[in-house]
Amino acid sequence: MTTDVAKQDAVPQKTTVTPTLAPHTDGPSGRKEPAGRVGGGLFDPEQLVKSLPDALRKLDPRVMVKSPVMFVVLVGSVVTTVLAVKNPGDWFGWAITAWLWLTTIFANLAEAVAEGRGKAQADTLRKAKTDTVARRIIGEDEERVPGTGLKIGDLVVCEAGDIIPGDGDVVEGVASVDESAITGESAPVIRESGGDRSAVTGGTKVLSDRIVIKITTKPGETFIDRMINLVEGAARQKTPNEIALNILLASLTIVFLLAVVTLKPFAIYAGADQQTSLIVLTALLVCLIPTTIGALLSAIGIAGMDRLVQRNVLAMSGRAVEAAGDVSTLLLDKTGTITLGNRQAAEFVPVRGTTEAEVADAAQLSSLADETPEGRSIVVLAKEMYGLRERHQGELAHAAWIAFTAQTRMSGVDVDGRQVRKGATGSVVAWVEEQGGTVAPDARELTDRISQAGGTPLLVAAKDDKGARVLGVVHLKDVVKEGMRERFDELRRMGIKTIMITGDNPLTAKAIAEEAGVDDFLAEATPEDKMALIKREQAGGKLVAMTGDGTNDAPALAQADVGVAMNTGTSAAKEAGNMVDLDSNPTKLIEIVEIGKQLLITRGALTTFSIANDVAKYFAIIPAMFAVAYPSLDKLNIMGLASPESAILSAVVFNALIILALVPLALKGVRYRPTSADKMLRRNLGLYGLGGLVAPFIGIKLIDLLISLIPGIG
Amino acid sequence: MSPVLADVLQVSALIVALALVHRPLGDYMAAVFSSGKHLRVEKWIYRAVGANPDTEMRWPAYLRGVLAFSAVSVLFLYLILRIQNGLPGSLGFAAITPDQAFNTAASFVSNTNWQSYSGESSMGHVAQTTGLAVQNFASAAVGIAVAVALVRGFARSRTGELGNFWADLVRGTVRILIPISVVAAVLLVAAGAVQNFAGIHELTTVTGQTQSISPGAVASQEAIKDLGTNGGGYFNANSSHPFENPNGFSNLLTIFLLLVIPFSLPRTFGRMVGSVRQGYAIVGAMATIWFVGVVLVTWLEFAHPGTASQLAGGAMEGKEQRFGEGASSLFAVSTTMTSTGSVNSFHDSFGGLSGGVLLLGMMLGEIAPGGVGSGLYGMLIMAVVAVFVAGLMVGRTPEYLGKKIGTREMKYAACYILVTPALVLIGTAVAMATGNGESSMTNTGAHGFSEVLYAYTSASNNNGSAFAGFGANTGFHNTALGLCMLLGRFLPMVFVLALAGSLAEQKPVPETAGTLRTEKPLFTGLLVGTIMIITGLTFFPALALGPLAEGLAA
Repeated sequence: MTTDVAKQDAVPQKTTVTPTLAPHTDGPSGRKEPAGRVGGGLFDPEQLVKSLPDALRKLDPRVMVKSPVMFVVLVGSVVTTVLAVKNPGDWFGWAITAWLWLTTIFANLAEAVAEGRGKAQADTLRKAKTDTVARRIIGEDEERVPGTGLKIGDLVVCEAGDIIPGDGDVVEGVASVDESAITGESAPVIRESGGDRSAVTGGTKVLSDRIVIKITTKPGETFIDRMINLVEGAARQKTPNEIALNILLASLTIVFLLAVVTLKPFAIYAGADQQTSLIVLTALLVCLIPTTIGALLSAIGIAGMDRLVQRNVLAMSGRAVEAAGDVSTLLLDKTGTITLGNRQAAEFVPVRGTTEAEVADAAQLSSLADETPEGRSIVVLAKEMYGLRERHQGELAHAAWIAFTAQTRMSGVDVDGRQVRKGATGSVVAWVEEQGGTVAPDARELTDRISQAGGTPLLVAAKDDKGARVLGVVHLKDVVKEGMRERFDELRRMGIKTIMITGDNPLTAKAIAEEAGVDDFLAEATPEDKMALIKREQAGGKLVAMTGDGTNDAPALAQADVGVAMNTGTSAAKEAGNMVDLDSNPTKLIEIVEIGKQLLITRGALTTFSIANDVAKYFAIIPAMFAVAYPSLDKLNIMGLASPESAILSAVVFNALIILALVPLALKGVRYRPTSADKMLRRNLGLYGLGGLVAPFIGIKLIDLLISLIPGIG
Repeated sequence: MSPVLADVLQVSALIVALALVHRPLGDYMAAVFSSGKHLRVEKWIYRAVGANPDTEMRWPAYLRGVLAFSAVSVLFLYLILRIQNGLPGSLGFAAITPDQAFNTAASFVSNTNWQSYSGESSMGHVAQTTGLAVQNFASAAVGIAVAVALVRGFARSRTGELGNFWADLVRGTVRILIPISVVAAVLLVAAGAVQNFAGIHELTTVTGQTQSISPGAVASQEAIKDLGTNGGGYFNANSSHPFENPNGFSNLLTIFLLLVIPFSLPRTFGRMVGSVRQGYAIVGAMATIWFVGVVLVTWLEFAHPGTASQLAGGAMEGKEQRFGEGASSLFAVSTTMTSTGSVNSFHDSFGGLSGGVLLLGMMLGEIAPGGVGSGLYGMLIMAVVAVFVAGLMVGRTPEYLGKKIGTREMKYAACYILVTPALVLIGTAVAMATGNGESSMTNTGAHGFSEVLYAYTSASNNNGSAFAGFGANTGFHNTALGLCMLLGRFLPMVFVLALAGSLAEQKPVPETAGTLRTEKPLFTGLLVGTIMIITGLTFFPALALGPLAEGLAA
């Protein structure tokens, strides 16, 4: 309701600042892509050119040393350069040197492109973070200070047109605020003191009214600052899994380094000293060490965070994204995630002696003064089922409208000597009895039946010349969002358990849980219950993900392994979670899990591919080095490569080009479909394992063909 | 009966026997290492060494036990060998030289049983029985203990405790190795192996030369030599000596003994982690590699080109003449892939390519099925590496048997897979670069290089078999190979136990449909692929210059 009100209140502004974080492919209500698919970001080859200066800057050894594999390549490039300079007439040495440098640069390019996308987003964010002037309250007075001079606990005033100078909570007043600078959503939102909508973010703009804000974060550490850091990758730290993978890669690098270094004495004995020059050995080493994954590893991580940002989700750490892939229990709020926001009227059930049409008519009439979504849905249903035109309050003269309030829990109208009422069972029964009427014996049966089916019964009653009596029951139902059952089935196949969290009674909760197909539910849930549930799941070794927005959700958000705070929520909630969803769309939790998994799969797939590549490279280089000493080893040249030089060069060129070729895959992530672990492994092993085995044989052969065409070579 | 049919029957009989025995034996070993009771004789031993078998050890304590026990064993064995001329039953043999004594002590304590000496002409009864035979039991029991500690790491949660080293060591010896050895020794004696303490017989052969034959407690040592994947023969000729391996039955029994514990331990593992099928996945990977190796070597040997070979029905020179090409190949593959190193034929005499398969069998890290204990822990480490890569491909941070393979676990596994390749390659390279390799070769060219490569591969992987012809008894090789054996045995154990400790501390992750299924054939295939690519690729250049260059030339 709040956004509706805001839309009405707010002066339609020409949204001059629309620094959306990314093109919204997903509306807040649902996704346009087919369910369960994680789409990748776009990749534009132009980005490669644009990122080239950054890639060159990254050649700094102090930066390169963070990736052990690529550092070895850098050292190799330097060594071959020195050798080539010493022997300038050797075209082969120069060619190898050039391609080794290209290998290093391609790796840096991958990272630079991934970071570049974040930088563009950071720039738009920075525009929103213009230097503001804050109106600080000192006692009775106000003083103007720069936004950067604010301290925690300061009180500042903002009026229509002001940019909010820092993160804080509204302590006085209500205002509509344009948060498009952060969310990209141009519709203004209401911020008010107290409750769960008190948080305001620095850099957003007050559109109407006046609020007093208590500053809660230091300048430089505000939400927008953190966002800039995150999308820019400045705050990026290696995640645990990335470190573990790096250890494996480093150990493989050492093994291959040993294999290549020790090869020299073996070769001397074999009489292949000349064929194993330092340049050739360096080329062999670079081909063997897992350069493909080494080059793309950090780009994969950055791109994973970036894919979340494209969906308007900010992960506070890469660790959180990784944890998302491991989640085995999802806590989903019923309202808004599983069901449409509100209950809707589904049927009119008459008591004995009345007709359905009578009930519908009375229900509609009595609901005209009920502005709640439930009330509106009754009016609409009556119109759809019985063609009862929606009458307006003004049409009926002399009518006395009784509006719905939370206290009376009943609405109705008195017109032409007839009184009709509709409302909660207890309230309506009390009214009928008060009016001297009796409640039909089957009314209770009907309400019980509806309750058991998970619905909410509303009684419709009237008092006219026949006296006060109950006419029938309106069946209010939670409407489960379309496609949810299929999604939960997919999640189950992925091994993820879904638990629906609701404030409803267990009966209602059970019925909805069954209809939606969730695995379990927590009814009449309090924040303490939620917390206990999370701890229980975690004690069993499970990783739990949840969404939340209220201050009372904060402890649970902090406890959960993946806690997604809604941007509309309180600052306490945002502080506690490790992700913030700027769209405040709880369904996104499922996508977040998928993105986490996609990130890990991409890493594994490229590692497998990288290692499998080595087989073909051996078949190219070993015969090239040793066929002179042992002619029998020429039988290993199964690719039929033209000459030893072209064979070695082809392997090096392939090794460099494959990095470039896989940059789009690293940035987009491998295709991901929710399915069982078994199927996923089979598919990825086939694609990246076998593919990685076969692809270089073809690639190296093709490159060799091209090289042998160059006159004077081969 | 054609030789091929005979071999098929022989291999089939072996597989059936192993299939029948591995279940009860595996279950029995699981029970032994899970039981809380002590036998009376075990209590005496604990009292004698002053160990409390009921205290739980964390991994550093367990490791200290392993290292302390092994260090004492090396020193004790070294001492016996150095002073053997003064010991009773020395048969008049001199004390062993310092470098050879170090090499032999390192060799037997590390379960390698590389022999740079010839048993019948240098070791007396005391050295053979209280020195060498004791280590045959002890080193094997240490291997089993470390494997069991790693299995406990997987099986236990929220504790760092891995059991008690002394209890595991004593139980492995008293309840597993000794009883089976006794049965096996009796069977071997029945088959005709020698068992006595008679002196040396001097006799004159038909050609008029004198030959000295020194029998001894051969059958009993033979049993544990094979059962404990030790491989150090009583005689230099090892299992091709008729006193050790008198006939076809004893030959098959010997092969069975090599394989029985390594192939049963995965069952023990499955039992202890609560899923027998997990054990099958591991044994499946071991069996696949072993079986392919047997088929490959047998086929290569029968198909060996050359007129003489084809007339003889196979490349018979240097092979076990009594039992034929098939039995030689089966024995050779089984002994190289179990880290045993006993031989019934000379691996030097295998064709280039089949010799390469034997080398590769050791280079894979002795895991198919590997040495007693060491085979299981080596294979489990490879499983951890395979799970790490494959686990990512199913979209979860990797886990194996409910334990996360995180940074710490990966660090230990990565160190483990570094050790033996580093020792093999550096060892061979230093030998070659210093000229010590070339001076010990009997052959030239690629085959000569294979001799050196084989020696360092065999020592570093604790196999102990040799490409006969390599002159190993030099100061350089005795020392270098001794170091390779000790480092190749105990450095990996450090990482295995550290990994076990780290795993045992974790809380388990429940299995879901999203978990990588490690008990499926797909995983077994993946594991074999990982082993071949990660370990195989490391040695490809070296293999190319040795066996491949030789084999492809034919």
